[in-house]
Amino acid sequence: MIKSLDPRVTRAEIELDNAIEPLKEMDQWETFEVFHQKRRGDQHMHVGIVHAPNAEMAILFAKEQYGRRGLSVNIWVVKTRDVFTTDYDDSDIFETVPEKQYREAGGYKVMDKINKYKKSVKA
Amino acid sequence: MYGNAYIDPNEKAAGILAGEDMQKLAEFEARIARGEKIEPKDWMPKEYRKQLIRMIEQHAHSEIIGALPEGTWITRAPGFKRKLALMAKVQDEVGHGQLLYSAAETLGKSREAMINDLITGKSKYSNVFNYPAFTWADACVIAWLIDAGAIINQVANAKGSYGPYCRALDRICTEESFHLKYGHDNVVTLATGTPVQRKMVQEALNRWWPPIMHFFGPSDKISNHTEILMRWKVKMATNDDMRQQFLNMYVPKIWDLGLTVPDAKLSKNEETGKWEYTEPDWDEFKRVINGDGPCNAERLAVRRNAEERGRWVREALNTSESKYMVPFA
Ligand SMILES: [Fe+2]
Ligand SMILES: [Fe+2]
Repeated sequence: MIKSLDPRVTRAEIELDNAIEPLKEMDQWETFEVFHQKRRGDQHMHVGIVHAPNAEMAILFAKEQYGRRGLSVNIWVVKTRDVFTTDYDDSDIFETVPEKQYREAGGYKVMDKINKYKKSVKA
Repeated sequence: MYGNAYIDPNEKAAGILAGEDMQKLAEFEARIARGEKIEPKDWMPKEYRKQLIRMIEQHAHSEIIGALPEGTWITRAPGFKRKLALMAKVQDEVGHGQLLYSAAETLGKSREAMINDLITGKSKYSNVFNYPAFTWADACVIAWLIDAGAIINQVANAKGSYGPYCRALDRICTEESFHLKYGHDNVVTLATGTPVQRKMVQEALNRWWPPIMHFFGPSDKISNHTEILMRWKVKMATNDDMRQQFLNMYVPKIWDLGLTVPDAKLSKNEETGKWEYTEPDWDEFKRVINGDGPCNAERLAVRRNAEERGRWVREALNTSESKYMVPFA
């Protein structure tokens, strides 16, 4: 029995030579992806994973792991295996045309034309 | 805590790249040179995967085992506020362990396999936790100076190349800044307190100084192997550089409190800007890391006990439809 400097360890009555069966596969359950919202109105952000036996426990662990300080109002969890993803190897699927100014507000500049028009009307 | 994985300096560099696809290797290295991160499913050299698993896993184990010497003092911390604060710190450390296990898992080693390797003594963890925290002052010195060392290491590694490890470290570093302030506050309280308190903190510092000097590990042999790991941004600074950084930041703060460091040789060489010190006892370091320290056996027995006595709860919660899949981030 361990006589430890740590009174909690002594109280737990632990044998020093306490070989155990190795943990089996799934002993630590599967993983859930965690999405955390800091305040109402914010997007939920992916913050990491937790291992849990079910969604309710995943919420509990996620609250401890990702919400123990700072702001939190809401958490979502979803099984890792239920998330579909793209591959980094396929990131060329995001390539369309090199020039995408036509999708941006900045791609539309009218002041030059307006000023030119105003000048021409005055003249 | 507490990274700085122990990389065997005698491991041969030759053969590290044997059998790798040279074209893919070149793309991989170019990506790292551009400052881009590597993500779990990207192609990576076998040695990169192996060293990262080893390093992140050891880091995770260190967080978990590090909670033991500090946790010792939760019930006996002086006053309610300090009990709350220490409880929060220890919970953070265990949380760091969880984050790091997750990062290592993305490289393909399951959490069960990592825990098995810890409790059988196959995997290492930071050597400092094989020493006991005799008094409350020991817990204070750990929280200040061991965490300080850990921060130097973790801030460096957070700029590494592996995405999941960097993300975990960013989160961890934010919390570490609380640990450091908390530890400093405790040490300052003792050092500016009664003669008995001062004596207590000085004695704790004397006990912890050798492990602190061991913390960053022996000087790296600048081998082909270390060069490759630095090029791949797995290893971000040499052990000696990190030790110098630590001495530079913290020795003046220790001296400010009128405390002494138990090394008569310790001084800064103003010409080189480097600290000079008595070479730490590396034989002791090796002896302890290989299992023969004052607390190694107890630490692992406590860990095995926790796994064993909690097993029925984990099994009862397991549902037959659960299925494991490697997390992708
Ligand atoms: Fe930590
Ligand atoms: Fe810490």
